[in-house]
Amino acid sequence: MATIVPPPSKRQKLAATEKAERDAEEARIPDGLGSIRIQFVDQGTGKSAGPAVAIDVQQATVRNLENLLNTLQAKDASERTPYRFFFNQRRPDTGNDEAAAEAAVLDIDRDIYSSILKPGLKTTEDNIILQYAPQAIFRVRPVSRCSASISGHGESILAATFSPATSAILATGSGDNTARLWDCDTGTPRHTLKGHTSWVLVVSFSPDGKILATGSMDNSVRLWDVRTGEALGGPLKGHTKWITSLSWEPYHQQLKGKPRLASASKDSTVRIWDVPLRRVEQTLSGHKSSITCVRWGGIHRIYTSSQDKTIKVWNARSWTCLHTLTAHAHWVNHLALSTDFVLRTAYHDHTTKVSDDASTDAKVSAARSRFESAARVNGVIIERLISASDDNTIFLWQPSSFDPNSNTTPKPVARLLGHQKQVNHVSFSPDGHYIASASFDNSVKLWNAIDGKFITTLRGHVGAVYMCCWSADSRLLVSASKDTTVKVWDVKNQKLREDLPGHKDEVFAVDWSADGAAVGSGGKDKLVKIWKN
Amino acid sequence: MPQNEYIERWTKQHGKRLDHDERVRKREAREGHQMSQKAQELRGLRAKLHQKKRHAEKIQMKKQIKAQEERDVKSAAPSEPSSTPLPNYLLDRSQANNAKALSSAIKNKRAEKAAKFSVPLPKVKGISEEEMFKVVKTGKKTAKKGWKRMITKPTFVGPDFTRRPVKYERFIRPMGLRYKKANVTHPELGVTVQLPILGVKKNPQNPLYTQLGVLTKGTIVEVNVSEMGLVTAGGKVVWGKWAQITNNPENDGCLNAVLLV
Repeated sequence: MATIVPPPSKRQKLAATEKAERDAEEARIPDGLGSIRIQFVDQGTGKSAGPAVAIDVQQATVRNLENLLNTLQAKDASERTPYRFFFNQRRPDTGNDEAAAEAAVLDIDRDIYSSILKPGLKTTEDNIILQYAPQAIFRVRPVSRCSASISGHGESILAATFSPATSAILATGSGDNTARLWDCDTGTPRHTLKGHTSWVLVVSFSPDGKILATGSMDNSVRLWDVRTGEALGGPLKGHTKWITSLSWEPYHQQLKGKPRLASASKDSTVRIWDVPLRRVEQTLSGHKSSITCVRWGGIHRIYTSSQDKTIKVWNARSWTCLHTLTAHAHWVNHLALSTDFVLRTAYHDHTTKVSDDASTDAKVSAARSRFESAARVNGVIIERLISASDDNTIFLWQPSSFDPNSNTTPKPVARLLGHQKQVNHVSFSPDGHYIASASFDNSVKLWNAIDGKFITTLRGHVGAVYMCCWSADSRLLVSASKDTTVKVWDVKNQKLREDLPGHKDEVFAVDWSADGAAVGSGGKDKLVKIWKN
Repeated sequence: MPQNEYIERWTKQHGKRLDHDERVRKREAREGHQMSQKAQELRGLRAKLHQKKRHAEKIQMKKQIKAQEERDVKSAAPSEPSSTPLPNYLLDRSQANNAKALSSAIKNKRAEKAAKFSVPLPKVKGISEEEMFKVVKTGKKTAKKGWKRMITKPTFVGPDFTRRPVKYERFIRPMGLRYKKANVTHPELGVTVQLPILGVKKNPQNPLYTQLGVLTKGTIVEVNVSEMGLVTAGGKVVWGKWAQITNNPENDGCLNAVLLV
């Protein structure tokens, strides 16, 4: 019953061509501007990439700058890196107010002329300092077809997540009291994890991908061996209500052979479990209502959000509550960290230089260096936090800038306004430049992760959007919705890339594997669907 | 009708009769016997009225007893907050589940092939043309014609309908008997929603009636379900759905229908 849009009228066609001409005229770089001098500076470390270079203004497009920078760094053709360029408008003498500094960063999207010279930020006489940030070398191809549709679960699928190590293993938790492990290469079930006595609400792989933790409606957490599918002991009991969220200790901070797990529950506590000893190491209580999300940050911080409208920041060594963030006016639904992706994948990356058989020290150091390179901005390791709430807003926080000694309530970096209904899910892009938020108002919105500026709204879903998930190269986004579809969005041109119908009912959970090869989704129709290119 | 509260005034001034409580007790004690006697001896209309009253009272009593029992029963351990499994983020939200359940029920039903041609009312009573149409014989010219008909049943007339010139108009659909909305019930859920009618798909009496948009018992109409938010497998919003009329609109003055799922 699709409605066919009437063909454009003559006036519309004329207007379109006129607009195209005007845009082309605007995009044109006038000649005769001479050359500019550009100095490249690494955004992460703040080091310059050699002396300033003079470039013809007409040639100063992002692509040419990319080539130039690669040549400056003496990279040969095989290891060329795509870059993004930023221009810092702040003069060095305006003090070091961090929020102002971040707001002044300008993303150069097409060429130097249109973003710097035309607005009059600099002239051709000046020396322009450009910050560069490397982008993913690999490209994740958008998923376009359903490669496998596997039945097995007897009830709705409530959670799905890929193993950080490989796209071959997908774990799902379901309303039939089991969790299942699937082999995505062959599209077959691998193991059925039976033990819970009620719905399995959350599933979470340990950063090394060897243990799966499941949290359930029966108030317990269980641990499973991913390889054999056997239970590692009985249930971890302690919570008095169901488990809402699980988070593993970052790999680079784990004591050798002693990983820890944080579980958040409806009973308004977070419990820290010592996994090998299978006992509660610490209980974090302080929230007054159900905890909706827990995140274990990479710099000894634990973040929890709750339905009592607050977010708490805990010290992961002394277990004290450091800050209570009280900006939200309604339930806080979800939290995301700018480092979520590296914390989840630890030492697993696209190069696979560090294999699972490597020594623990090598793995830890690889995980640490990955974390630090992802979290470093201007030479400082910064973790940014974002919180989605029922009050239709999102707040962007920078917990490392909170003053531990002052009693004043910490201030957010930005308040992200625009959603018209509750925001259910937020996530940082793996490179930390974008934020995507999924809301019940049928839209996904994209925001700039540095200053929280609104970028665009991705419309297309006709039902509430439950979840969104980034591809590993931050160029694509996948969203799952109540309207039974999964949709893939292109971030660069902000359009719908692929529409993936196929589910027969609401899609509750979606995940894009860490290597980008597959997307797994599950929902009310009890089917696990694996989407591939 | 007493115009003043003279009884209350009298009690205030003089107090109650000395045997008041005794009389009340006796009256109450007699009540059961009286009721039983009435039930046995009343005849005709009075018996009917009495039975009706008694029936309503008994329903009330049963309800009360049930409520009492439920209050006394100690429930087992707190069970799951909803009967269908839900992910974390939907657990604490009250959901408008009706329309949703509707759509899944429709999907389940579609799987059964045989259900495709079955309708809730498979047979209808025939309506003769004499009953359906009234020959219009008003005025000098019309009386001579004898081919002008007035439809005596409720009709659905589309929003873009314009009457033909009176001279050529063969069927008149009276304004007072036109309907735009139907109370549509979902058979399994028992949810009833008032929905706008989109068109008459089939009148089992006669193809002509389908054309004329006559609404009788058993007629299949298409209703606009867009506000229910149903979605197809492809993620498009479902717009129209078929429903069958279950009452006699000409007798009831309203249109009740069941959704065909």
